[in-house]
Amino acid sequence: MAGAIHAEGLVKSFGDVRALDGVDLDVPEGTVYGLLGPNGAGKTTAVRVLTTLLRPDSGSATVAGIDVLRRPNEVRRNIGLSGQFAAVDEYLTGRENLRMVGQLYQLSARDAKARAGELLERFHLAEAADRTARTYSGGMRRRLDLAAALVVSPPVMFMDEPTTGLDPRNRQGLWDVIQDLVAGGTTLLLTTQYLEEADRLAHAICVIDHGRVIARGTSDELKAQVGGERVEVVVREREQLHTAREALAAHRRGECEVSIDPHTRRLTVPVEGGARLLAEVIRDLDARGIGIDDIGLRRPTLDDVFISLTGHAAEQEEAGGVRGDRAGGGRAPGSTDGTGGGGAGARRAGGEPREVSE
Amino acid sequence: MSTYSGGNPASGGSPATGGGTASGGPLARTPVSGGGLRQAVGDSLIVARRNLIRMVRIPEVLIFALVQPVMFVVLFSYVFGGSISVPGFGLDAAGYREYLMAGIFAQTVTFATAGAGAGIAEDMHKGLIDRFRSLPMTRGAVMTGRTLADAVQTALTLVVLAVVAALVGWRFHEGVPKALLAFALLLLLGYAFTWIGALIGLIVRTPEAATSGGLIWLFPLTFISVAFVPSENMPSFLAHIAEWNPFSATVMACRELFGNLGPGYQAPDAWPMQHPVLASVLYSVLIIVVFRTLAVRKYRSAAV
Repeated sequence: MAGAIHAEGLVKSFGDVRALDGVDLDVPEGTVYGLLGPNGAGKTTAVRVLTTLLRPDSGSATVAGIDVLRRPNEVRRNIGLSGQFAAVDEYLTGRENLRMVGQLYQLSARDAKARAGELLERFHLAEAADRTARTYSGGMRRRLDLAAALVVSPPVMFMDEPTTGLDPRNRQGLWDVIQDLVAGGTTLLLTTQYLEEADRLAHAICVIDHGRVIARGTSDELKAQVGGERVEVVVREREQLHTAREALAAHRRGECEVSIDPHTRRLTVPVEGGARLLAEVIRDLDARGIGIDDIGLRRPTLDDVFISLTGHAAEQEEAGGVRGDRAGGGRAPGSTDGTGGGGAGARRAGGEPREVSE
Repeated sequence: MSTYSGGNPASGGSPATGGGTASGGPLARTPVSGGGLRQAVGDSLIVARRNLIRMVRIPEVLIFALVQPVMFVVLFSYVFGGSISVPGFGLDAAGYREYLMAGIFAQTVTFATAGAGAGIAEDMHKGLIDRFRSLPMTRGAVMTGRTLADAVQTALTLVVLAVVAALVGWRFHEGVPKALLAFALLLLLGYAFTWIGALIGLIVRTPEAATSGGLIWLFPLTFISVAFVPSENMPSFLAHIAEWNPFSATVMACRELFGNLGPGYQAPDAWPMQHPVLASVLYSVLIIVVFRTLAVRKYRSAAV
């Protein structure tokens, strides 16, 4: 049986570039589906096809059981779209924006007005409701945009990089809204560049690169594929590498190997147990008199997924936000990293999105 | 797993029958089904209203739209007046002002092209066109709404322009009904040109490019015409172009309806010059049909 979103063999080329190269999707009703991939992977193109904005070269899709290509206008009645940019008219007030969208969803003027009032309350915009949207902060505009996408409470929602460019507080707020939505039964397809976001919100994740699905599964399944968390240590003296390896081996997960890079004096070991284990490792190393320059708990990042799945980092593309952190390894918040390589990457530790526009 | 209740939202036209998804409360939702012409008109008016609200909130746009033609009236009247000989008036400055005004009026309405183009391009740029395209609204409504709002602006501009023209000595001599018909032809011409602007806006995608792209070709179009100088004084190939220029038809029609042609004036032989009112209507309608079709087609496939 077809789910809320179903797509088969979607292909879309722009000139020589195959933005979608045979993408299949199947999203069960009432779930959150994360479409994960770097800039240019084809995420936005997939969303544009599913929301009737773009005709694929081949393939088929249904949304809410309706054929996207044959009956696009019926699909439009059943979806909400919130894109990468807050698509609101900045010279209209928040209320006017929502009323306009409601009326264009073919609500009666009275229903549109009532609904606008409800949504402004719900998204904490009531006080700013009668100010023009250009006086809004970035977070408020996003909320207004999201409210506009929810005017008819569509059964299927599409959100294209909803948190890109938002500060942490607004991102958290948006995540809460998304969780509420899903609790209410909405099916949601969201695209993101951030594993943590997909991890936090999505029931199932689909990783795409170069227009192809390269992996899918739950976030646990993907992480298992990547190899879970690991401890990275940089010791002060090269002579201590050997002792350190013995110490780390005691904490390793299963029969995993401790890998050593003598040049950078860096040791890496897959572990299980999170921050508490990290503390144990530190005590253990300390007890053995090993000097530590840097130590951190590293969780799998999107790049780890990539490297693991494709054997390469998608670095041949433009230097987008995702690739930049590979060197830094996206350390987890528990990292004591102060001097370790790739500070730029560490800034995004824990998947904090930077402002990236596609 | 169940499918969406109602299974086929098409039949009831009622989405999200699964109950309060987002609001958690009863949902206001009675989408009008079918739609057709009524929906098309309704959607267009909603978008037009939106653009009119913008116009009020960004008054600079309207002010500049007014200043520029007023400047033209004054400059052309006093700088060229007395130097340009027009049939029926000779080198009389007051006569040239009579002759000139229809040309300025017509040129002014065509400048709305740039505004329409820039507006649509800005909507593209800001992602609003994507939002509109993802809504169950009539396909042409975004541009129709824009062009209708522009027509309101054009009408306001014409009122101001007529007052200024009257101040510098312009008059109509054939009665109010004919003068109103002339203004109606001008509005229709302006409306037609905003559809060209809408298409340009959809193609170029940035407001800046749409502004220049909407204006630049208007200069040869409006100058190689009978708007500012009579075609009789042009080289013959230019005279032909000028006389068949759609823009000239409206200018000539207005002169005829305002009674701004000098005594004993003989219109050129070209058909549009002999039947300017009819030609003006036909040209404008043709432009609307062609460019509306192209613009709606472009809108359907508009891709970032």
